[in-house]
Amino acid sequence: MNSNLPQAQLSYWIAFKAIFVRELKLAWQKPSQIIQPMVFFLIVVTLFPLGISPAPKTLQMIGPGVIWIAALLAIMLVVDRLFRQDFQEGTIEAWLLSTVPMSLLVAAKLLAAWFISCSVLLLISPVLALLMNVESQVIPALMLSLLIGTPILLFVGAIGNALTVSLNQGGVLLSLLVLPLYIPVLIFATSLIEAASFNMDYSGQLAILVSMLLVSCFFAPVAIAAALKNTVN
Amino acid sequence: MWKWLHPYAKAETAYNLCYRLLPYFSWLAAITLIAGSIWGLLYAPADYQQGDSFRIIYFHVPTAIWSMGAYTSMAICGMVGIVWQIKNAELAVYAIAPVGAAFTFLALVTGAVWGKPMWGAWWVWDARLTSELILLFLYLGVIALYNSFEDKRTAARAASILAIVGVVNVPIIHYSVEWWNTLHQGASITKFDKPSISPDMLWPLLLNIAGFLFILAAITCLRLANQILINDARRPWVKALVEQSSTEATSLVKGK
Repeated sequence: MNSNLPQAQLSYWIAFKAIFVRELKLAWQKPSQIIQPMVFFLIVVTLFPLGISPAPKTLQMIGPGVIWIAALLAIMLVVDRLFRQDFQEGTIEAWLLSTVPMSLLVAAKLLAAWFISCSVLLLISPVLALLMNVESQVIPALMLSLLIGTPILLFVGAIGNALTVSLNQGGVLLSLLVLPLYIPVLIFATSLIEAASFNMDYSGQLAILVSMLLVSCFFAPVAIAAALKNTVN
Repeated sequence: MWKWLHPYAKAETAYNLCYRLLPYFSWLAAITLIAGSIWGLLYAPADYQQGDSFRIIYFHVPTAIWSMGAYTSMAICGMVGIVWQIKNAELAVYAIAPVGAAFTFLALVTGAVWGKPMWGAWWVWDARLTSELILLFLYLGVIALYNSFEDKRTAARAASILAIVGVVNVPIIHYSVEWWNTLHQGASITKFDKPSISPDMLWPLLLNIAGFLFILAAITCLRLANQILINDARRPWVKALVEQSSTEATSLVKGK
C-alpha cells in the first residue's frame, strides 16, 4: 500500500458501498433476479399438496419442512448464476487488480444478493405458510429461521459457485457440492420450527443457527475469494 | 523443523518418501489386520446382549473412525497446499479422497448390516448415520470437482478449498451424538479411563483400528506417488527413473 495516498483509508468502505449499489442497480434494471426465485419458491411449494395430499392435517405436519426445502432449492437457483456474469465479462479480474481485499468485495456482492433474491423469499413465506395450513403461532418462528438460515445458504452456496464458475456444466456439480453442506442448516431450522409448534423454547436451535451464520459470514468471503482467484489464474 | 520439511515440497523427494514408506505401511497393515480380524472374529468373547453379531464392530468402528480421520487429514493437506502453495499437498487431497470415500461407504454398509438385527432396520434417520452419509456426499463432491477440471493444477486447488470448507462437517458428526440423543449407542472406547467395552474385546478392536490406519496410509502413499509421476511425466527426473527401470528390466531379460 502506498502511504502517499490519503484516501487509502476510506477506499474500503467506498468500494464496499460501490459494489453494493451497483448490484442493486443491476437488479432494478433486470428484475428477473428478484422475481424468478420467488416464483420458483411458490411453484415448488404448490407441488407438494398435489404430490402428497391436500388433507389439512398432512399439510400442517409437512408444511414448514416443505417451505424450507423449497427455499433451499430457490437459493440454489440464485447461487447458480451468482458470479457467472461477473466472471464472463471480466469484473472478477478487475476485482483481483484492485487494492481492496477481494473478500470485502465478495462480501458486498453477497449482502446485495441477499437483499435482492432472498429477502423476497422471506417476505412471501407467511403466504406460503397459510397455503400449507401452518398454525399461526409457528409463522414467526418460520420467518425467524428463514431470516437467519437463508444468508447461511447463500454464503455457503456462493463458495460452490465460485469453485465451479469457469465450468460449463456448473448446475449439477454445484448441487453435488453444496447440498450436503446445507443439510445441518435444514436440520436445525426445522427442529426450531418443530419446537415452536409444540410451544417449546427454541433458543438452543436459534443459538446454533446464529453461530452457523457468524461462522459462514466470517469464512465464506475468504473461501470465495480464494476460489475465484484460483479460477481466474 | 522447516529445514527438515522443506525438501518434501519438491516432487522427486516426496515421490521417493512415498515409495520408501509404502512397503512398511503395507506390511504393518497386513499384520495388524490379519491378527486383529482373526482374534476379533474367532477368539474374542461373544457379547452378552448382542451375541456374535457384535463382531462386525471390528470393521464398522475402524472404517467409521478413519472415514472422519481421512477427511480431516485431507482438509489439513488442502490447507497446507493453499496456504504455503505446496503442490504435493494439493495432490495429496485427491490421493486421499477416494480412499476416504471407500471407508465411509464401508462404514455405512457395515452399519446397515449391524443395524438390521439390532434395531430391526437397515437404515434409521439417526443423526450419526445421516452425518456419515453427508460425509460420503462430501467425498463424492471433492472427487467430482477434481475430475471436472481440465487443468489439474486448478482442479487440485479447487478440491483443496472444498475440503477445507467441508471440514466444518466433521465436528458436527462427532458431536451429533450429544446434540441429538438418539438410537446410536454412545462411543465405546474414547473414554479411556473407564472404557465401556471389556479388554478382551478391546484389544482386537484397537489392532484393527491401527490396521485400517496403515492401509489408509499405504493406499494414499501409492496414489500420491502415482499422482506425482503423472503430473511430472515430462520432467527429467521421471524420464531418468523410467530409463533406469527399463534398463533393469532388459538386463533381467538378458540374464535369463
